[in-house]
Amino acid sequence: MITHLKPSSGAHIGTPVTVGHIMGQVMLALTPATAFGLYVFGWPALNLFVITVLSALFFEAVCLKLAGRIAKPVLMDGSAVLTGWLLAMTLPPWAPWWIGVVGSGIAMILGKQVYGGLGQNLFNPAMLARVALLISFPIEMTTWANVSPLFFSDSPSISDSWRITFAGLTNIDAVTGATTLGFIKTEFSQNHLLPDILKDYSEILNFIGWTRGSLGETSTLFLALGGIWLIRQGIIQWHIPVSLLLTVAVLSGIFHTVDSQHYASPLLHLNSGAMMCVAFFIATDYVTSPNTPAGQLVFGAGCGLLIFVIRTWGAYPEGSGFAILLMNSATPLIDYYIRPRIYGRDRKGKPIEINKS
Amino acid sequence: MLSFFAKPRIRGGVHAEERKAATANLPIVTDFPLPKKLYIPLQQHVGKPAEPLIRVGDKVLKGQLLAYSQGMISAPVHAPSSGSIIDVNDYPAPHPSALPIRTIVLETDGNDEWVTTPNITDPFQLSPEDISLRVGAAGIVGLGGATFPTAVKLNMGRDNHVDTLIINGAECEPYLSCDDRQMQERADQIIDGVRLMLHSMVAHSAVVAIEDNKPLAFLAMQTAANPFPAIKVIQIPTRYPMGWDRQLIRYVTGKEVPIGCRSSEIGVTIHNVSTAYAVHKAIRLGQPLVSRVVTVSGGAVARPLNIEVPLGTLISDLFVFCSVNPSHIARIVMGGPMMGDSLPHTHLPTVKATSGILALTQSELKNTEEQPCIRCASCVSVCPAGLRPLDMANNIRMNQLDVAVDIGLKDCISCGCCSYICPSNIPLVQYFKYASGEVAARQQAQHKSEQTKRLIDARNARMERIAQQQAAEEQARLAAKAEREQRQAEQEVTT
Repeated sequence: MITHLKPSSGAHIGTPVTVGHIMGQVMLALTPATAFGLYVFGWPALNLFVITVLSALFFEAVCLKLAGRIAKPVLMDGSAVLTGWLLAMTLPPWAPWWIGVVGSGIAMILGKQVYGGLGQNLFNPAMLARVALLISFPIEMTTWANVSPLFFSDSPSISDSWRITFAGLTNIDAVTGATTLGFIKTEFSQNHLLPDILKDYSEILNFIGWTRGSLGETSTLFLALGGIWLIRQGIIQWHIPVSLLLTVAVLSGIFHTVDSQHYASPLLHLNSGAMMCVAFFIATDYVTSPNTPAGQLVFGAGCGLLIFVIRTWGAYPEGSGFAILLMNSATPLIDYYIRPRIYGRDRKGKPIEINKS
Repeated sequence: MLSFFAKPRIRGGVHAEERKAATANLPIVTDFPLPKKLYIPLQQHVGKPAEPLIRVGDKVLKGQLLAYSQGMISAPVHAPSSGSIIDVNDYPAPHPSALPIRTIVLETDGNDEWVTTPNITDPFQLSPEDISLRVGAAGIVGLGGATFPTAVKLNMGRDNHVDTLIINGAECEPYLSCDDRQMQERADQIIDGVRLMLHSMVAHSAVVAIEDNKPLAFLAMQTAANPFPAIKVIQIPTRYPMGWDRQLIRYVTGKEVPIGCRSSEIGVTIHNVSTAYAVHKAIRLGQPLVSRVVTVSGGAVARPLNIEVPLGTLISDLFVFCSVNPSHIARIVMGGPMMGDSLPHTHLPTVKATSGILALTQSELKNTEEQPCIRCASCVSVCPAGLRPLDMANNIRMNQLDVAVDIGLKDCISCGCCSYICPSNIPLVQYFKYASGEVAARQQAQHKSEQTKRLIDARNARMERIAQQQAAEEQARLAAKAEREQRQAEQEVTT
């Protein structure tokens, strides 16, 4: 009687967790924030979201076809959908259709498949695409729609939304404005001071996400809830989000205490821009972050530091995309230097000495 | 503060679904029908194979020595029942390859008649050396699965003045419950074995460590150990691989065994509970190791049981006894599902290392559909040895075996945690075992080519020397000839 033999070594049993399951859990955690974003920004946002996700799948399929691989099982692992999804969340909600298509193309082709596909890429594909779009198409990527929820009379109808997505905005000034971080940056350039700039700022609306911003990044509340749930599910570890948020909070806290006229408060930092999305969903990307808890702490702190530096002194109001890419490039280095200690050896790899006492 | 740093801790590990309930609540079956034939491999232990001293046709009694131990690290093999020897030849080994190894085949006569065993009234009057000698002569090896000769370990313990003897009752592998049952049913005998081991090593304290998922075994052992203050019974957390000797040593003593050292060098020796039981039988009753308790379990087994089986019993006999449905079997595993090896068929004998035989169905097995590594690093966090399985596997895949060795391939204990946890179903342990074998093969090949080169160099030197010698001889001959001719010419001139 010959039975199945391979593999001959253990473990013969295992956890039922698969790659697809992990991707699914992340998407589930993203759902509340995404649903809220789609509600707040209405039909044009939904158009963009669907276009971005579908084009991510399309480009992944094309690359797999070119590589001579069978596309279906790879597409089913959920990684392409997740990349498209994350990218869509970071785009201005009313961006034209081609932003989504070009972004997905960059993410899937340049960000992922040229490296050899899932697990091989150095940079987070969604962030790579977002940064490439921001540099290439600065106008489209900084046109922020006003809050215009579904089913409100002032909000665009389905037919309006098709015009916005496929033909572009006509009355830009009436329906768009600046994000909190962008507003602060422009006002600073006119020598205004923070208390003056922020007199209309509402912490609670920003916390819920009732504000201008990227499609799925505005709601601190829902993103944080989703992220904490992911940690509880054991899908991501706490190290990166905690060290990233803590670093930003500590740095901004120090500067804000010293000079509250020119430096925004920790609460404003944590509550705005892509902070929560990046901390819980982008920086924690397995492929592009370090493998060890200590390495992850360093990585998170590095991201936090760069975000704060770029936001505070850089030319761009938001720095998380750049920060992530820079730290992604440092990941192999972090993994090289920060390794777990092997049992019976010291940190340098020499056998530990016997303590004769 | 110091105690904070010295605090024992567990590193890595997984909490696998236990699936022990099927067998853990049933008593050990001791009336297993004696098989017609027993296949007794001569190598059931680490070290050199035993050398047979019987001939085909010999009649033997149960417990009679069949093959003697060779060299320092080896163990003898005894007849598991009475009967006649019908063959000494190569038969498939209980190994994934099922390659043939030298095996004695015993046809049982059904009487199961023991040889006369020595009667010892008080073994504690025996010298420590005598105890290890008897343990060695009884063919006892580590029954937890490592099968290192126990006598050698006892001697090392004595020589190194070991202070703590740890008795491993963790039994952390899922499905297996043979140690659990033995602790419940044979606690007094096990504790007696522990006392004998202490005596043999001249050590003073023993700690019996039992995972906290076996409360009944813990109670039984605690009761049995109560009269002996030197023996402490403790509960340890249930987390695979708690039974890894070095993990257990760190947990119990707070000390870490340096790489390349034996645990006795830091004053600790570790033995399995089943081994303690075997020591008890060998010293008190004079009975060598001829049977062991085997867990037969898995989804394809209709009647999962713990059975005391004579060594050499074919797995197929066990499967018939336990009503295994062959059509449901997807994989046969010897040992536990985490570290055990799969076997290609059932016509293989149970040996001293066989703690369990599992007949697993497809639904119990880990999915083998491999996906790309997503660097989730769960393998890094579960590795009890502190390795980075994903990096090692990547290097092995690229055939950079020396890099894999540099980052710790040789420190891998094949516990299977990484394979267990991997969401991409990458058979990591398979990679590591392949690479270790390949590294050994390459080293051997290199050694061989060095030897060849040395021989060639030696031959060249020899040939050159011979040529020089010949040239010198030739010159001498020519010189002699010239001299002779000259002398002849001179003579002619004078005449």
